[in-house]
Amino acid sequence: MVPLSAYVAVSAVLFATGLIGVLIRRNFIIVLMAVEIMLNAANINLVAFSYYLESMAGQIVALFVIAIAAGEAAVGLAIIIVVFRGRLSTNVDELNLLKW
Amino acid sequence: MTLPLADILAILPELIVVAAACLVLGLDPITPAPRKQWLAWLSVASLLLCFGLTSLQLDERVMAFSDLVIIDPYACFWKLLLYAVTVLTILMSLAYLKEEKIHLAEYYGFLLLALSGMMIMVSAADLLTIYLGTELMSLSLYVLAGFKRAEGRSLEAAAKYFVLGAFSSGILLYGISLLYGLAGSTRLSAIAMSVATRRLDDPALLLAMILLVVGFGFKIAVVPFHMWTPDVYEGSPTSVTAFMAVASKAASFGAFMRVFLEGLGGLKANWHVLLLVVCVATLVLGNVVAIVQTNIKRMLAYSSIAHAGYALIGMVVAGQAGAEGAVRSLGLASVMLYLAVYAFMTLGAFTVVAMLRKGGLEGDEIEDFTGLSKRQPVAAFLMLVFMVSLAGIPPTAGFIGKFYLFMAAVQAGLAWLAVVALLFAAVSAYYYLRVVMVMYMREPQASARLEPRLAASPVTAVVLACAVAGVILLGLYPGPLVALTNQAVLALK
Repeated sequence: MVPLSAYVAVSAVLFATGLIGVLIRRNFIIVLMAVEIMLNAANINLVAFSYYLESMAGQIVALFVIAIAAGEAAVGLAIIIVVFRGRLSTNVDELNLLKW
Repeated sequence: MTLPLADILAILPELIVVAAACLVLGLDPITPAPRKQWLAWLSVASLLLCFGLTSLQLDERVMAFSDLVIIDPYACFWKLLLYAVTVLTILMSLAYLKEEKIHLAEYYGFLLLALSGMMIMVSAADLLTIYLGTELMSLSLYVLAGFKRAEGRSLEAAAKYFVLGAFSSGILLYGISLLYGLAGSTRLSAIAMSVATRRLDDPALLLAMILLVVGFGFKIAVVPFHMWTPDVYEGSPTSVTAFMAVASKAASFGAFMRVFLEGLGGLKANWHVLLLVVCVATLVLGNVVAIVQTNIKRMLAYSSIAHAGYALIGMVVAGQAGAEGAVRSLGLASVMLYLAVYAFMTLGAFTVVAMLRKGGLEGDEIEDFTGLSKRQPVAAFLMLVFMVSLAGIPPTAGFIGKFYLFMAAVQAGLAWLAVVALLFAAVSAYYYLRVVMVMYMREPQASARLEPRLAASPVTAVVLACAVAGVILLGLYPGPLVALTNQAVLALK
């Protein structure tokens, strides 16, 4: 049987991947993907804990998270499309009208 | 399975707000353009109904949906504040959106959806409901931030808000997942019990706590998680900025306080230190960077960061070792009082900014206020009142808010923190009063960018009257609000 620590390790690696991805990638769509990876890292945690703790709550939370991730992707892609229409670019660095 | 009627009744206000949002979105396509305003009035009517219902729930303590939701005086206080803020936002939007030519009924639908998310956040007794509420609020606000579709700055604000908002939700969720693994449940009460039996230096527990601080830190916009605030506040339509600055901050504080006191109260020695550092950093950076701003929306954004720092003082007091009973209650009650006061003055200031919106011109540079007292004496005077209150000068409400917070800090033995906050309140007077100086001491230039007409209507006047009445009356007679916050805080275990 796979130990719990293995799941938590995979989830930590995924979370770090997502975190670093958001911070260093400059393409809006890749940033969005990195955010989704972070959410799924949390999902792995939730489901693994749920299985080992024999409590259903974690799996239910994970289902809600999947639904929210879909909503988030929809809103995010909509914003990307409107921005892209105006500037023909999805590079985050070119969003520079506002700065102090 | 059937849903018990008692549970449905408990969340009736939320249901009404969601139903009103769906109704507004559904009626939008079949409403002829000149009648779109009716949908705004429909939203206002639904909120007044909810205001009545929530006032009736003010003395209750009900757990609903197997402890996912709690209705207590604490939740009801925030809900009443959020209704007031949303009604004022809708009313001030009527004239402003016409000026911006984005008068669409979806706007009101999304405002109501965001409000329902906030209501869920403040009455959540489970991390799942808190997360769902946060996301409902954030997703609606991302859309609202980009509502000026034709304007690059608004879209950019939406994009930046989305990236950082989604990022912070991801961090928050990871913290929730770790906490679930440690406690075996997402209920705040179960988490509190589990924390009580654990070693406090358990690294996983500390990591989960830090992730939650980061996640909520983004939502309430404190240093170092504030980077998105100035850009988003400047780029969004002014009415949306006002709503974000006030309502989303209040709701996030509501959820933040409940999670950290009810769920992670056992860890308070740990989060106290973290919040103390964040609080001082926020006071310093928010107030100092606000000085150099030339755009009034950006200045108010830094000011809102600084005000979150002031409000955090109350949380720090509640986490202080030895601060139990009366001192803890005073600290928490003053956070609620401060955010209520902050709501009126900030909404008022943003309404004045929105009124200066003109055809192709923004009217959001501080320069645009030059000689406003000659051109628009009433608007200038109202702005004066809001600026004086934001600076915390008596007899305005801003003074009362700061007074209670500083008193709590002194009573908890954190007199030095009160002194630091007081010093930076003096710094903040510089940039607030600079606006007053520009309005009153400078002559209007011949080539003033603004014409005398204001983007206002009688309804805007009502909003300003409410805001100014709130600022002055709460400044002179804060008794009832203080009593309400004290009652609300007792519900927070």
